[in-house]
Amino acid sequence: MIAIVDYGAGNLNSVRKAFDHLGADVVVTARPEIVAAADRIVVPGVGHFSALSALDNTGLRDAVLQGASAGKPLLGICLGMQWLFEGSDEAPELAGAGIFAGRCRPFPSSVKSPHVGWNSLAVRQGSRLLRNVAPESFVYYTHSFQAPVVAATTAATKYGTPFSAVVEQGNIFGVQFHPEKSWNVGLLMIKNFCEAEF
Amino acid sequence: MLTKRIIACLDMDGGRVVKGVQFVNLRDAGDPVECAAAHARDGADEIVLLDITATSGKRQTMLDVVRRTARCLFIPFTVGGGIRELADAAAVFEAGADKIAINSAAVRDPTLIGKIAARFGSQAVVVAIDARRVTGSSSRFEVFVAGGRTPTGRDTIQWAREAAACGAGEIMLTSMDRDGTKAGFDCELTQLVADAVSIPVIASGGAGSAQHFIDVFRDGRADAALAASIFHFGLENIGQLKRELQAANLPVRWPC
Repeated sequence: MIAIVDYGAGNLNSVRKAFDHLGADVVVTARPEIVAAADRIVVPGVGHFSALSALDNTGLRDAVLQGASAGKPLLGICLGMQWLFEGSDEAPELAGAGIFAGRCRPFPSSVKSPHVGWNSLAVRQGSRLLRNVAPESFVYYTHSFQAPVVAATTAATKYGTPFSAVVEQGNIFGVQFHPEKSWNVGLLMIKNFCEAEF
Repeated sequence: MLTKRIIACLDMDGGRVVKGVQFVNLRDAGDPVECAAAHARDGADEIVLLDITATSGKRQTMLDVVRRTARCLFIPFTVGGGIRELADAAAVFEAGADKIAINSAAVRDPTLIGKIAARFGSQAVVVAIDARRVTGSSSRFEVFVAGGRTPTGRDTIQWAREAAACGAGEIMLTSMDRDGTKAGFDCELTQLVADAVSIPVIASGGAGSAQHFIDVFRDGRADAALAASIFHFGLENIGQLKRELQAANLPVRWPC
């Protein structure tokens, strides 16, 4: 069973539909014990970084991180991916999960913000999530803050500056774009996540 | 590179796709679920469904169409028409929309923008503006509401700025003068708004050829361009349109 973590940040229907479409056994849940019982965990989310404080206040943070430590595949999407880093200038007082080094920052003033629309991936290294995904595929973004390119970055996207599009480290994955809204390319990545073995 | 988006718009009445010329004279163009799926396969970057009558009696019909359309649509999906309060927006999101478009209700109560954004995120709130060039004025545009029937006396540029400040994620800007004419987008209007706000601006109204899209992306500085009838009646295939944009050195998502 795959748990999509509901911590009150936005609309999770789209994410759920994509998993349903692929025939995955998926639940949307706000209950830590269901997250703890899941085989795979998805942390979605849109909006302000401060919304992630709900993870801390509900016991969901521990359930997600314990699952990840136990080797369960974890996928952070958009805000959920930013949470995997140390923190964000959008809500400096709030600590991220700190799995990946670095902080999320706004875009340089040379470009309009938010970054909304389809942009291309630049694949940097072998990636489980991007298996069979054509290099330079287009994916759909909508965000105002961006995560730095780090050692775990398997694909970057450039908007004013290059930022992390996909990060991976063992069983832990993050994508800044919305795979559930990125047409067949995004569905393929979700399928890769559902099938990844460790 | 961030691409210019091509958005296919389905104007819907009573569960069917229709399209008028300058907001009247409706013609039937098919089943919305099939139209949306066909446009997505053709290469549309996004789908917008506008319920142009949006009377309360037809609300359930519309929500059912949204639900069926969303089920197999894995590109961004915006729904507008008849959203008057937070509960209306919530019902549309619940049915499967990724974004809602609000027009008259936002003009009446701009705090509605912030209320929806606080719950669903700014990226989910598109403020639609219907603008008409003020007669005798070269570059002043008045905001109209109620499907283009009611003038507000408000200036389009100021309203776009206010909507952005209230938490709108995008502006969908329709030129009422050009809507349905196939005479080209209003590039001047689009450029004035695009320069006034930092959020993306979707140009709408007047698409008739590939050159019109090239013009509104270059001269109008639009981030996205929306068309309805041009795609429904087979006047232009989206793939063909994108190849022409590519030939003009505009970044597009193609092949997709």
